[in-house]
Amino acid sequence: MILNVQKKNKVKSFLMRTAVYAAALLTIGALAAILIYILVKGIPYITPDLFSPNYNSENVSLFPALVNTLTMTAISLVIAVPLGLFAAIYLVEYAKRGSKTVEVIRLTTETLSGIPSIVYGLFGALMFTEALGMGLSMISGALTMSIMILPVIIRTSEEAIKSVSDSYREGSFGLGAGKLRTVFKIVLPAAVPGILSGVILSVGRIVGETVALIYTSGSVAQIPQTLMGSGRTLSVHMYALWSEGFNSNQAYATAVVLLVIVAGLNAVSSFTAKKITKGKI
Amino acid sequence: MKIIKKIMNKENVMHTVFFVSACISIAAVLLICIFLFANGIPAIKKIGFFDFLFGYNWNPSKDEFGIWPMIVGSLYVTGIALLIGVPIGILTAIFMARFCPKRIYGIIKPAIDLLAGIPSIVYGFFGLMVIVPLIRNTFGGSGSSVLAASIVLGIMILPTIIGVCESAIRAVPESYYEGSLALGASHERSVFKTVVPAAKSGILAGIILGVGRAVGETMAVVMVAGNSPVIPDSILKSVRTMTINIVLEMGYAADLHREALIATGVVLFVFIMIINLCFSAVKRRSKL
Repeated sequence: MILNVQKKNKVKSFLMRTAVYAAALLTIGALAAILIYILVKGIPYITPDLFSPNYNSENVSLFPALVNTLTMTAISLVIAVPLGLFAAIYLVEYAKRGSKTVEVIRLTTETLSGIPSIVYGLFGALMFTEALGMGLSMISGALTMSIMILPVIIRTSEEAIKSVSDSYREGSFGLGAGKLRTVFKIVLPAAVPGILSGVILSVGRIVGETVALIYTSGSVAQIPQTLMGSGRTLSVHMYALWSEGFNSNQAYATAVVLLVIVAGLNAVSSFTAKKITKGKI
Repeated sequence: MKIIKKIMNKENVMHTVFFVSACISIAAVLLICIFLFANGIPAIKKIGFFDFLFGYNWNPSKDEFGIWPMIVGSLYVTGIALLIGVPIGILTAIFMARFCPKRIYGIIKPAIDLLAGIPSIVYGFFGLMVIVPLIRNTFGGSGSSVLAASIVLGIMILPTIIGVCESAIRAVPESYYEGSLALGASHERSVFKTVVPAAKSGILAGIILGVGRAVGETMAVVMVAGNSPVIPDSILKSVRTMTINIVLEMGYAADLHREALIATGVVLFVFIMIINLCFSAVKRRSKL
């Protein structure tokens, strides 16, 4: 009888273990399937043509889209990073504990991070493109993106600033520095790696974003002359290739480029994360 | 004296700057609400609240704007995506927190991060090129279906669920596990019967976050769902979600049609708000 129960338990344990291992394998398998499929299909089509400086229907160049992606990322960061950083500084260094305003700020930041990109797209189209008269332009897209990444930057910067040991601040105050000086000269430099990881995360979101940009920055396949011009980023480029219904080979190649960028960003971010835990920076 | 005054001023100015920056989040949420509601509510009024929400027909050329099929479509696709993503996600999280040797963890963790970082358009493209043909060849039909969309979404929400569940499982005090071992339970039994139940609310938070992702996802589903605005009668039939409805027609819609699309966005926004509230409530309880 006891033996029987033991046997039954052993079988159960075995089943549990199998389920857990199988799930992990499935997850990794899904990733591997996507990566391998995209790479195998896309790499043969990464040709010099794809990187020619001007797009036309013959070379289907992704170069303008690549440049636009960089521009879009840069402008969005220029807008969102200072704002997010300042907000985090306020939340950690200045706000009184348990104040109502802080609670509302936290709640809204959390709300922002849960809003799907299509809603950002609608909002961007209504506010920046139409109400503010910016039209389909890089700047409308970048403004929309900066609101989208704001919660990421606030959250990661907040964590980073919080984790700076209080003895740094006390030392600085003890030497007669004011609060502002302490924040900028002592706290922020110590928090840089954490802030950086938030920035990298944001770059990943901007690079991967499609829906929120289609109706804000549009899908013109060239590098715009000014920021008021429309231009497609890589993800939008891929969407455009799909919706036009041909050039799927170039879409694969674009996917490869996107994957390479994302993998690169992840590598950088895990590198900085390692540095943080080792405390080398 | 003058210098002190100057510094004090600078301090005050920057204090205000920091405060104003922090309030941008509040402003952003307010603006999003104002713009969406101001543009969407009039359309809902014009169409009629019940005709809009519960109308079966979406036919812009005949001025019929019922989004019930899309609401059902969103729920349908999300539900099946959860059936796929939740068990695999939770089990993978258990693996990572409790079964995984350190060396493998160093591989699997970056892999999950990469899965989280893949742009949704790439997921959609993969679904279109691999999953849709697979379903077409196995079950017949066009392949663009509820099932295809759910599989793609199921994979997409994995990293979200795994991330939250893993930290929830890791947050369970070691003494639970040790106590169970001391009572003679095996490693597996201890993990499944004591550690995982203790992480219940954290796991629930992860699932809710996954629901939010799935309901709001657009690009990955628009390529694989078939997109016809009718309630599908099987998982192999074409489906249109609320997000698809917006992105498909926004490009050329005008007047009431356009407003109806924005109103669809409003409904989606309300759904997401409810999901977010649930998430915050559960998260607070689990103290993640």
